[in-house]
Amino acid sequence: MSAEPLLQLCSVSKSFNGLAAVNDVSFAMRRGEVVGLVGPNGSGKTTTINLISGITAVDSGRILLEGQSIERRRPFRRVQLGINRTFQVPKPFRDMTVAENIEVALEFSERDGADAECILTDLGLAAQRNKLARSLTVCQQKMLDLGRALATSPQLLLIDEIGAGLNPSELRDIADLLIRLSRRGTALVVVEHLLNFVNRITDHVIVLNAGVTLFEGTLQAASADSDVIAAFLGG
Amino acid sequence: MRKALRPADAITLGMLAAVFFLTPHLYSNQSLLFTMMTFITLAQGFNLLYGFTGYLPFGYVGFFGAGAYGTSLLVLNAHLPAIAAVIGGGAAAVVAALILSPLLRLSGAYFAIANLAASQILYLIVANPALSSVTGGPYGLNIQKTFAPQSSYDAMLLVMLFTCAIAIFFCNSRFGLALRAMTQDYVSAQMAGINIVKLRLVVWLISAAVAGLAGGIYAWNISVFYPEAVFGLQISVFAIVFALFGGVGTVIGPILGAIALYTLYSVIGISLPQYFELIYGSLIVLLALFLPEGVLSLMTWRRIDVR
Repeated sequence: MSAEPLLQLCSVSKSFNGLAAVNDVSFAMRRGEVVGLVGPNGSGKTTTINLISGITAVDSGRILLEGQSIERRRPFRRVQLGINRTFQVPKPFRDMTVAENIEVALEFSERDGADAECILTDLGLAAQRNKLARSLTVCQQKMLDLGRALATSPQLLLIDEIGAGLNPSELRDIADLLIRLSRRGTALVVVEHLLNFVNRITDHVIVLNAGVTLFEGTLQAASADSDVIAAFLGG
Repeated sequence: MRKALRPADAITLGMLAAVFFLTPHLYSNQSLLFTMMTFITLAQGFNLLYGFTGYLPFGYVGFFGAGAYGTSLLVLNAHLPAIAAVIGGGAAAVVAALILSPLLRLSGAYFAIANLAASQILYLIVANPALSSVTGGPYGLNIQKTFAPQSSYDAMLLVMLFTCAIAIFFCNSRFGLALRAMTQDYVSAQMAGINIVKLRLVVWLISAAVAGLAGGIYAWNISVFYPEAVFGLQISVFAIVFALFGGVGTVIGPILGAIALYTLYSVIGISLPQYFELIYGSLIVLLALFLPEGVLSLMTWRRIDVR
């Protein structure tokens, strides 16, 4: 395994109508590393994920995957290079079955290593395989969103607010699943409001506020940092 | 896994071929059958784009006209044999589609209207009296030297079957799976690794090529035509209504729609021409109100798979 970081963001910025959503953000991740991306509403967490996955184009700065610059690559190319994500509001192919949803990603990601059966079992969707995605519960749709991402065997998985609206036992299951993924070598960026949930998965957080990196370090240190407290509580 | 040709599809193609191969021996009005095949091809070609990508090409007739003119100009100026000229006509439509491909950045009604405008621009250019020496302007073109009703009938039969075979491919293949994914959620489709820009461009070009080939063979068949005859908006409207009536996103929907409604059109047009627009208009209103997904949706409700 190379010492080179898996992912590097170098001074990445993005504005919408003159408002800086992400402003000069830089960080690096190793293989299998888990980073919690936290911050108040509108702090640029989801935009950061959109920039990494290519859903939104950067205004300036560079994004490197294994040292290769990818910030101008189209989203599907980034998927084929091993970046994938889930969405805050799950976006499965609603009129396809659960199995077909996974199959599409297996077919087109051009990446080996994923197995539809394992994914369905891991996500607890094996019994739903022939159901249409639209008929699933929100939690199951979130799992399916994750399943589509896993079917592309990502090196880097971006998880956008997967915990929102889930009950404690569902949260625990997802946290366990994400820990298992990182042990298998998948790097994770976890955007989350629920700090307990983040705490369960990782110790390493990046705190954003108004598009700027406020803090990077352990969650414990973050909760003692005066800037972070001010940002969250309004100082 | 997916099969390239399911038995039902083979039967559809076989029956379609048999009907249009045999009927001329029993029914003398071959020109009506020819026009019906033209509209099946156009309805199916429209379906390839609209039914499988959601882009509604209101100006679909533009490709038909481009094919008709491309073919005729090749016959007149390059003295190509009719078949080669028809292929050239298909290529002309593909070139037109390539030039218009930035329209794919639009969506919904904007795409439909922009495409409509594009087809009318093409029409106005071709029909411009100042270009009479090139395109024949408003006086149209005459390629009577290639007139061959039987050969052009057979060619249209082939293109119609070819178009339906493409629809079958779209339904059953890996390519079709990607199309379904793209139509349902284009962001997630990209996250599944699908190159959606390329995918929709390919479908757009195929759909245009089909209309271009049909236009070329149509010109070959009638051999003398005015611009209105191959650029008339009614041709687009017919193709769209026929496809929607049967049910888009299926193989047999556009076929059944075109056969049923073109027959009805011919019957009304002969017996009650003064009521034609009233009857047709009412039919479209009723369709939009009660069967927005086409008559085939009656079968889907009974859980019969028509894809």
